[in-house]
Amino acid sequence: MQTFFIVAILLLGFLITFQIAKASEYVAVLRGEEKAKKQTNRVNAFMLLCFLILGLIGVYYCNERLKGKILGEAASNHGVLIDRMLYITIGVTFFVFVITQVALFWFAYKYQQSDTRKAYYYPHNNKLEVIWTVIPAIALTVLVGFGIFYWFKITGTAPKGAMEVEVTGSQFKWEFRYPGNDKTFGKKYYKNITGDNPLGQVWDDPYGHDDIYVTGEPMHLVVNKPVRLIIGSKDVIHDVGLAEFRMKMDAVPGTPTTMWFTPTKTTADKIKETGKADFVYEISCDQMCGRGHTGMRGEIIVETQEEFDAWITKKSPKYIDALKAAAAQKADSTKPVTTVSVSGVK
Amino acid sequence: MSDTIHIQPGSVAHEAAHDEHHHGHHEQSFITKYVFSQDHKTIGKQFLVTGIIWAVVGGLFSVLFRLQLGFPGQSFPILETFFGHWAKGGQIQPEFYYALITMHGTVLVFFVLTAGLSGTFANLLIPLQVGARDMASPFLNMLSYWFFFMASIVMISSLFISTGPAAGGWTVYPPLSALHDASEGSKLGMDLWIVAMALFVVSSLLGGLNYISTILNMRTKGMSMTRLPLTIWALFFTAVLGVLSFPVLLSGLILLLFDRNLGTSFYLSDIVVNGQTLPNEGGSAILFQHLFWFLGHPEVYIILLPAMGMVSEILSVNSRKPIFGYMAMLGSLFAICILAFLVWAHHMFVTGLNPFLGSVFVLLTLLIAVPSAIKVFNWLTTLWRGNIRLLPSTLFAIGFVSLFISGGLTGIFLGNSTIDIHLHDTMFVVAHFHIVMGVASMFGMFAGVYHWFPKMFGRYLNTTLGYIHFWVTLVGAYLIFWPMHYEGLAGMPRRYLDKSVWRSFSQFGDLDKMITVVSIIVFAVQLLFIFNFFYSIFKGRKVTSTNPWGANTLEWTTPVNPGHGNWVGEIPEVHRWAYDYGKDGREFIPQTEPIGANESKH
Repeated sequence: MQTFFIVAILLLGFLITFQIAKASEYVAVLRGEEKAKKQTNRVNAFMLLCFLILGLIGVYYCNERLKGKILGEAASNHGVLIDRMLYITIGVTFFVFVITQVALFWFAYKYQQSDTRKAYYYPHNNKLEVIWTVIPAIALTVLVGFGIFYWFKITGTAPKGAMEVEVTGSQFKWEFRYPGNDKTFGKKYYKNITGDNPLGQVWDDPYGHDDIYVTGEPMHLVVNKPVRLIIGSKDVIHDVGLAEFRMKMDAVPGTPTTMWFTPTKTTADKIKETGKADFVYEISCDQMCGRGHTGMRGEIIVETQEEFDAWITKKSPKYIDALKAAAAQKADSTKPVTTVSVSGVK
Repeated sequence: MSDTIHIQPGSVAHEAAHDEHHHGHHEQSFITKYVFSQDHKTIGKQFLVTGIIWAVVGGLFSVLFRLQLGFPGQSFPILETFFGHWAKGGQIQPEFYYALITMHGTVLVFFVLTAGLSGTFANLLIPLQVGARDMASPFLNMLSYWFFFMASIVMISSLFISTGPAAGGWTVYPPLSALHDASEGSKLGMDLWIVAMALFVVSSLLGGLNYISTILNMRTKGMSMTRLPLTIWALFFTAVLGVLSFPVLLSGLILLLFDRNLGTSFYLSDIVVNGQTLPNEGGSAILFQHLFWFLGHPEVYIILLPAMGMVSEILSVNSRKPIFGYMAMLGSLFAICILAFLVWAHHMFVTGLNPFLGSVFVLLTLLIAVPSAIKVFNWLTTLWRGNIRLLPSTLFAIGFVSLFISGGLTGIFLGNSTIDIHLHDTMFVVAHFHIVMGVASMFGMFAGVYHWFPKMFGRYLNTTLGYIHFWVTLVGAYLIFWPMHYEGLAGMPRRYLDKSVWRSFSQFGDLDKMITVVSIIVFAVQLLFIFNFFYSIFKGRKVTSTNPWGANTLEWTTPVNPGHGNWVGEIPEVHRWAYDYGKDGREFIPQTEPIGANESKH
């Protein structure tokens, strides 16, 4: 019933608007078309001016309302650079935005049709055109210069001694792997992936024996210690989006990608800074990956080295779990064990 | 009417050659006149009407998913009535949501703003403004529409199958789009999507080749390339972009079709989906993105350039002033056309692209801002010291410039890879491209419809409704998309249907509600425009003079309702450029008027 009323009201609104519009045409004819045209011209010119003024006020109001809702200070070294580049660009573009919009609507208002004015025949002026080719070109050179300078800093090789974490996306969860004491990841091969071996590690590779597998809980990182993420996917393309760190990188099946950054604020720091007791660094999937895309959420805890060490030492490598599972299976039956001894090295 | 054409054989060489294509004295049946018509004007109208129908469908989809975004968790029982299990309990299901956004993008980008925009105006304006009786090949032109029609049928049919239409986003990135098991939308719906797009590419190629050859070969006597109106130049570059880039999309889609159905591994490698280990190794998912964006980026200029051309023309006509810097406008169109091919990887800064390659694409991308700036400044100078008639068409053209500035400037953020790391795939991108490509091009299209409606149908659109349409749409567009930038600055990813589980992105609930309400109002006003459109075709005020806007271009030298062949008698000869407005104290001087002895030079 409610729907019916809404539709009825909409239709009525339509009809009324249309009748008024039609009537206004007849009225215009009756009152003399030229006169009516001049009047609508004046009205619309005035409205363009109003739109400019209200629009600029709106831009200011919108910023006041929303600036507190965008993220606070970046929580990584690269994030600081990205924010700086962002503010430089906002400065330059806002200046251009105001000048051009004011000119556009002001001209449209000022030079509205009038009997006393004659349009000025002004087909070209090479000097002017050169000026407004060169000035944007210079402004852009500056922006490109800054941009590329920061870009190479951010995408350059990670510093020596950076910790490494492997991130694997799949519909619709994140899995992490730490290289363990040897600081080297063991090999993996996707055909080895089973329930007991979720990343498809190759057990023959001794480097993999101390690799720590983490899922269903936050990734742990150490504050002020560079971290290099090695990112992959098991099924479709995902994306590791770290809004607080301002970092982002796709997870592509078959093609590992990497990114590095240095977290500069612990989770505890951020809780203090934002005043939110439940603050947590989030990993968002930024590349459409299917029905559960919206909920593909991970968390990161940034902590001190001691806290991190305390956490990681409690973890046992996946290899040990696999051995235990194999032993248990052996005890259960006399069948030869095949699950652990897959050697899928190509 | 076609039976009133008098052909004067041999009057102009190329005109005579063309006249062999049709039969001026042939009585046409309803079918050949309105359905399988070879008259470019009718084909243009067919594209326009089909485009309008698609726009309603695509717009309605956006209203539906905006309901979800604005009011997540709320139940709308009417949705279940119409969409059944797709909206179980009156709530839009994730599969349905992704199908809606995918089809919204596909429909609006390809079916409305490519076919509906350049299909309509290239067909209508090219022969009329270059002085030709029809396209180079009216038959291929007709085929172009009917391939588009078939593409539409296939795409529409995908909406009605049990697994639903494609749902991997309009960019259909594999492996999501390649694996049947990865999503409901990657089942039959995806195959139909590919087939529909293949038909669409055929349509676009037939049309594009026709537009190019007509512009190059069939200009009337005196119509040198530099005397062409900017609309024609814009449509020319649009056609060139389409002809060179659509085949690349087609090849990419064919490989995708193979991967989906024939077990090839172009895009697939190392995949375990739904617990199933796939045998494919060695493919590259990124390859598809390169192929896709090699069309995808030129595509945004395919959408934008016709709007730019029409806006240039309309601003000049209605300021009663020549377009400022014709050659610079031409040069910037050319520069945009070239650069459009060299920037595609700026959509891929975070795919693991080589950073050095990325930096090259940053440079080339930001270079586009230079010709864009030239265009904006030239439009502003065209308005400066004009005598501006603020018709609905002028207002939409001014609105276009405003939106193009706003959306173009945010492109400088995204084209800079450093900032793109943070903003990539966030709502900032959605706000950016909707303003600069979506709404701006729509404004160009509306400007064109209001300006050339009298030529299409011999009647006027209701102006009061036109003004209401303009003001609500302009204000609405800014209300919808301006604040959306802030969501992106907060890092909110696009294509999230419910932000409640997120701590970083759930603070914009009120904003999302406001956007939804405004978008429903704006959609309703578009329906008002459509009503005005169809009502005015039959009942609008009649056009009484051949040149109601006092314009210089050739289409206004034809009769009010031109028949097939456009001009009664000889095709007029052209003596000057299209922009002699306000010259030597005269309000306008049509292109057909010979240069006077005492005329000043420009």
